[in-house]
Amino acid sequence: MAKVEKKRALGEETLREFLREMLLIRRFEERVEERFRAGELPGFLHVAIGQEATAVGVCQAMEEGDIFASTHRAHGHTLARGTHPNNVMAELYGKIEGCSHGYGGSMHLYDVERGNYGANAVIGGGLPAVTGAGLAFRLRDEPRVAVAFFGDGTTNIGTFHESLNLAQLWRTKTVFVCENNHWAESTPGWQHSPVWDDMSKRALAYDMRARKVDGQDVEAVYEAALDALEYAREGRGPVFLDVRTYRMHGHYIGDPQVYRSKDDRDDAAEHDPIPRLRARLGLSDEEFQSLDDEAVGVVEAAVEFAKNGTDPQPEDALKNVYA
Amino acid sequence: MPELTYREAVRDALGAALRRDEDVFIMGEDIAEMGGSMGVTQGLLDEFGPERVRNTPISEMAIVGAGIGAAMAGMRPVVEIMYEDFLTLSLEQIVNQAAKHRYMSGGQLKIPLTIRTQGGAGWSPGAQHAQQLEAWLVHVPGLKVVFPSTPEDVRGLLWSAIYDDNPVIVFEHRLLYPVKGEVPEELEPIPIGKARVLREGTDVTVIATGPLVHHALKAASEAEADGISVEVVDPRTLQPLDEDGLVASVKKTNRAVIAHEAVTRMGFGAEVTAVLQYRAFDWLDAPIERVGSKFAPLAFAPVMEQFVVPQVEDVLAAIRRTLGK
Repeated sequence: MAKVEKKRALGEETLREFLREMLLIRRFEERVEERFRAGELPGFLHVAIGQEATAVGVCQAMEEGDIFASTHRAHGHTLARGTHPNNVMAELYGKIEGCSHGYGGSMHLYDVERGNYGANAVIGGGLPAVTGAGLAFRLRDEPRVAVAFFGDGTTNIGTFHESLNLAQLWRTKTVFVCENNHWAESTPGWQHSPVWDDMSKRALAYDMRARKVDGQDVEAVYEAALDALEYAREGRGPVFLDVRTYRMHGHYIGDPQVYRSKDDRDDAAEHDPIPRLRARLGLSDEEFQSLDDEAVGVVEAAVEFAKNGTDPQPEDALKNVYA
Repeated sequence: MPELTYREAVRDALGAALRRDEDVFIMGEDIAEMGGSMGVTQGLLDEFGPERVRNTPISEMAIVGAGIGAAMAGMRPVVEIMYEDFLTLSLEQIVNQAAKHRYMSGGQLKIPLTIRTQGGAGWSPGAQHAQQLEAWLVHVPGLKVVFPSTPEDVRGLLWSAIYDDNPVIVFEHRLLYPVKGEVPEELEPIPIGKARVLREGTDVTVIATGPLVHHALKAASEAEADGISVEVVDPRTLQPLDEDGLVASVKKTNRAVIAHEAVTRMGFGAEVTAVLQYRAFDWLDAPIERVGSKFAPLAFAPVMEQFVVPQVEDVLAAIRRTLGK
């Protein structure tokens, strides 16, 4: 949540802050899984456990005024960009205090003040808008960038190709962040794309600057995102990041993952970005436990806040249809 | 009052908005050097330059979607979809995105986007270049839909669409582009959601849209020779619908014909019929008549196309039926 000073060589304090963020997202989503299974949360939820370094690395590199569009797996991006966990949790409980005031839910988290222009439940649905926002920033000569998060499965849908083509053609101030977890719901990358193991090839086809990034290394993600954002901000053109990451859990909460081998799940768990960052920081058990307890405490408070939130009136459903 | 064609009236509104407001820009396929496939945007590139009059790739999803994003970022884009038939390609962006961002965000966002498109039969383009699909879009909460039939209306309503904070779809009709009409000296906004009485009458109301407004006016003149007094009302805006305006006319005449070029079945006329029977039931002296295209795609051969699409005589026949004549 705290803003960190932007510099390439990340100090220990900054990395510790990143770990704090990643732990918050992890504990938040674990609690969401648990509350959903307890029958307390309505709807349909997707967690990004294993992908926290991408959310934190990219969102911490963004500047105030930058905007982003997310996906159905949006809790991490939203938290990492600074929306208070209370407001994210309240949204999952369908409360007025929620970041979309109960109109959106897990798949439609918004926080316009913090640049969250919407999590989208249609694959690729937000990519053209991010391209258009990037165009607006260029036309108005604003030092802002529009960022799109999406998964590898998105690279097969028309909006992806139309957006990349248009963004490069018009040099919009846009960064495309492909969170390549090698799964499109239950379909593995090798079954859905001929370039599943190197999505940067998709961008190269549009003559777009592209870079491959280890999505489990928050420093690498941060550094690549900072570079991409600077490039786009200067009006030099859009950038595509192929961020290779791991989805440690199922597509949705409750997904039995019958399509996935134990080996594959074990492999994902071995790439957990949190122990990796902990090792990088050389934290003792005590130090780590203290950070973790802090995260758990924030999440517990968020659950309490959400449970005590205000239910909308049924007829509120007729508001906000038109401006 | 000066006279403009419908085509010139659209161009006039676009030019005025571009001139007045840096946040307005237009984009679409072939709209720059070529001036659009219907010649509507001719000359705008010269005046406003390629940054504000943008030729796009053939990418209907991205054209609409980029408009959504630019609108979210505070601009007032006007995008053109060359044919209504191609609007089907951008429906995901219109229906799931443009119409719903404000709602899903709990009121945090607004999408001041105008989507211009055109269609219409009468020139034998076949089945994929002349459909009338406005009924698809009036069914979606969050969208506004206008379908002007005269130069004055298209100029004023397009202006209002551009300055509306919601996504507005502007349906134009190919056969109306050369139609001339008087317009006010100064561009006057026409409020979205207000019907217009084009001809007053006492025996039957014809509620018509697009080219059928002109058919209805011709049919009214012919009916007059037989002593039938026809009122012609153009809703102009299909969503939100001016129910009060339509109901008031039918309460006066006690009979109604609803006429549009789109396919009759499940069409816009069905909704208007429902409104009238509910709000003017005790005033109706005859079943409400509907006139529209027969339930078939548009055929290429002119005789078949003409058979499918409603003509002046179809409107006249419906008028007579309501009076038992």
